[in-house]
Amino acid sequence: MNQTNILAGKKVTELIPDLFSGRKLKDRLFLIGIVIFSLLTISMVVLIIGSMILKGYHQINWAFFTQSPPDTFQAMMAKMSGKTIPGGIINGITGSLYLVGIASLIAIPFGVLIGIYLYENSKKKYAGFIRDITDVLQGVPSIVIGLIVYLWVVVEITHGYSVLAGSVALAIMMLPLIIRSTEESLKMIPDTLKEAAIALGTPYYKVVMRVLIPSSFSGLMTGILLAISRILGETAPLMLTTLGNPAINWNIAKPVSAVPLLIWQFYNDPNMVDLIWSSSLFLMGFVLLLNILSKWIAARQK
Amino acid sequence: MNSDKILKYILFTASLLILLISGGMVFSLVRGAMPSFHEFGWKFIISSEWDPTQGREQYGALLFIVGTLLTSVLALLIAVPLAFSTSLFVAEYFKNTRIASVVSTMVDLLAGIPSIIFGLWGFYILRPFIVSIGLSDQGYGIFTSGLILAFMIIPYATSLSNTSISMVSNELKEAAYSLGATRLEVIWNVILPNARSGITASYILAFGRALGETLAVTMLIGNSNRMPTGLFSTGNTMSSVIANQFGEASGLQLSSLIEIGLLLFVMTTIINAVGKFIIKKLNR
Amino acid sequence: MNDINTQPSILTIENLSIAYDKDKLAVKNVSATIKKNAITAIMGPSGCGKTTLLRAMNRMHELYPNISTTGQIRLYDENIYDMSTIKLRRKIGMVFQRPNPFPTLSIYDNVIAGYKLNGIKLKRSERDEIVETSLKNVTLWDEVKNSLHKKGNFLSGGQQQRLCIARALAFKPDVILLDEPTSALDPIATAKIEDLLIDLKENYSIVLVTHNMSQAARISDNAMYMYMGELIEYDETTKIFTNPKETSTQNYITGRFG
Repeated sequence: MNQTNILAGKKVTELIPDLFSGRKLKDRLFLIGIVIFSLLTISMVVLIIGSMILKGYHQINWAFFTQSPPDTFQAMMAKMSGKTIPGGIINGITGSLYLVGIASLIAIPFGVLIGIYLYENSKKKYAGFIRDITDVLQGVPSIVIGLIVYLWVVVEITHGYSVLAGSVALAIMMLPLIIRSTEESLKMIPDTLKEAAIALGTPYYKVVMRVLIPSSFSGLMTGILLAISRILGETAPLMLTTLGNPAINWNIAKPVSAVPLLIWQFYNDPNMVDLIWSSSLFLMGFVLLLNILSKWIAARQK
Repeated sequence: MNSDKILKYILFTASLLILLISGGMVFSLVRGAMPSFHEFGWKFIISSEWDPTQGREQYGALLFIVGTLLTSVLALLIAVPLAFSTSLFVAEYFKNTRIASVVSTMVDLLAGIPSIIFGLWGFYILRPFIVSIGLSDQGYGIFTSGLILAFMIIPYATSLSNTSISMVSNELKEAAYSLGATRLEVIWNVILPNARSGITASYILAFGRALGETLAVTMLIGNSNRMPTGLFSTGNTMSSVIANQFGEASGLQLSSLIEIGLLLFVMTTIINAVGKFIIKKLNR
Repeated sequence: MNDINTQPSILTIENLSIAYDKDKLAVKNVSATIKKNAITAIMGPSGCGKTTLLRAMNRMHELYPNISTTGQIRLYDENIYDMSTIKLRRKIGMVFQRPNPFPTLSIYDNVIAGYKLNGIKLKRSERDEIVETSLKNVTLWDEVKNSLHKKGNFLSGGQQQRLCIARALAFKPDVILLDEPTSALDPIATAKIEDLLIDLKENYSIVLVTHNMSQAARISDNAMYMYMGELIEYDETTKIFTNPKETSTQNYITGRFG
């Protein structure tokens, strides 16, 4: 076969050298840019966490976890005499736990059931529709969810701001996360495992309870912990649904405080500034701990 | 009826909850917005008048729509180069190395930081800094909010992009390398064309996040009900006005706030639907 | 037929060792000369280092992390480890195990992808001619000439692989490296590629990694047998297959292990 290359005469490789230096240089510069921008991105995390710790640690003491916040006058007096602000955020801690607890009680069972439904009927049109709606729900801004729950629960059911309203808002935010993580972790189970159980004549509900849920357990836990960590810091929907409460409250029909709500309150009161940082440090520490815990569970699975 | 059937019914019934919530959401928003819609009609969207004074109440959402779009677009513009670099760092240049896993964990942490903490940090640390370098008098405004928003949406912009970039097959990259391409050329000519839709989708979804963000923006935008005039001008957003005025609102004002909520719902849903549509096409 | 030592050579491998981790040598002190206008087959059981040796010839092995290379390979008189990889890979092209045309590019653009990637500007007539010549060289021209500007995903595996060879040929390299190019293809497509390689050796020097012994016997002029990273035996293919010097080669050829 006769090879005729029109570039014969001017060899391709000799066209290149002038281009070399420019291309190599561009390649280098691009990499340097990538590294700088990546460092810039993660430096934000370091800056935020670092400043929380620096500004917040000295206010963290026993009272911080056991007492309610002071009123603005007490805080002002303490500030003027140069002492740490007395009191703590116990009403917020109990409130957050209460809200998240009730929200989980609503969202986890429903989320897991719907997740199983989607997994079992993955080919059906209706299931595909539910999946799309779930995605839409996940994208709804939290403030809009707060608005809706205000209309549903605060106005119609408890006739005032309440634990129930706050929990329902948080539950609606958790639901899509739990549904999708349930479905995804069920999909990871090899079909053979399920088939083996069915082949043994196991009833369907037992396949679900004894095979599907246990073998996707760590995936479920990861999803649940991530969902909780996502809603723990939510403030906007709570402003519209539970408002806040200066004291500890266990009545489900009455307003309750939460750590992020307290931070919002402290932010709006110039005398309480010091408490902002310690509360934020506490909240962030808790949220990040859950995050890391869920990652650890997920990693241990593999 | 046997136990299998019962479980199937339970599962199906549970799935109805999703329809109930989403259907009810649309219904309640529309119903709540009705008084405002009757009063102002479509003018609500193009009017920038927002006056709750008794007797001459007048509500229009344009200010807030503009504020939301400006901050979100600015956030996306800032976030894209950062997120894109981080994705290439994690999923290409340092793929599967320890340093990449450190970086991606840090980005995940960014997603875990609550909105209010971003707001506080922006208020107490970024805002004084912006004042001190003389960019604006008070440090509030579109730019400050957009900058903080950008970092809040970076995790959403990177997660799917990372997967798309790392999914580009090694064989294609090697083919390009064997033709003498530099790494940059491989990224530009092989990785990006093949990961394009995943990257686009993740930026769209991140934009949707930015539209709905509330607290951090509320704390930084200045909450002034006037049309923004520039990058450092103050303004207000749809979510901020709801958060700020909802507590004291009633009657027509409440209805107008709900209508803003409805508009926000529609905007985010459209954006998310576009993003999900691209992902679906991608998976097919 | 000349003796292997008297044929003109193009690549000279000297004391080449390649380690992936500190102590794990994938290629151990290999020295050999690759002959010009010949097909050289590299055989051996999987994990013997044959692919690493091949990739070392245009430094593609450097894409793996933590690699360390000692010794040298010379293209004519130039040490390839002193050349820029860009220039080197222009002179030594590569075809991979599985066909990997760029799915986002048309057939036409795939052929001249090397020029595009390297930012070399060509006139339209020059481009057209390179595409036509390269596709004719791989006997793909008649099959695709009416769909040059379509994406190549409708092509069969064999056609895709020939397109990849055309992509490598478009640069008119001195050497073409092929890493088990037919392992993902059916027998008919394989036969076409083999015929093509025999045609191509008139103008190119070809190095072929294969685990298919009959393929090596059919088309190669010289053959290397590698085992555990070492080059056990290197000779004319007929000698390797009829009268190997080493028992290890003998065992492999007769299928006693591998």
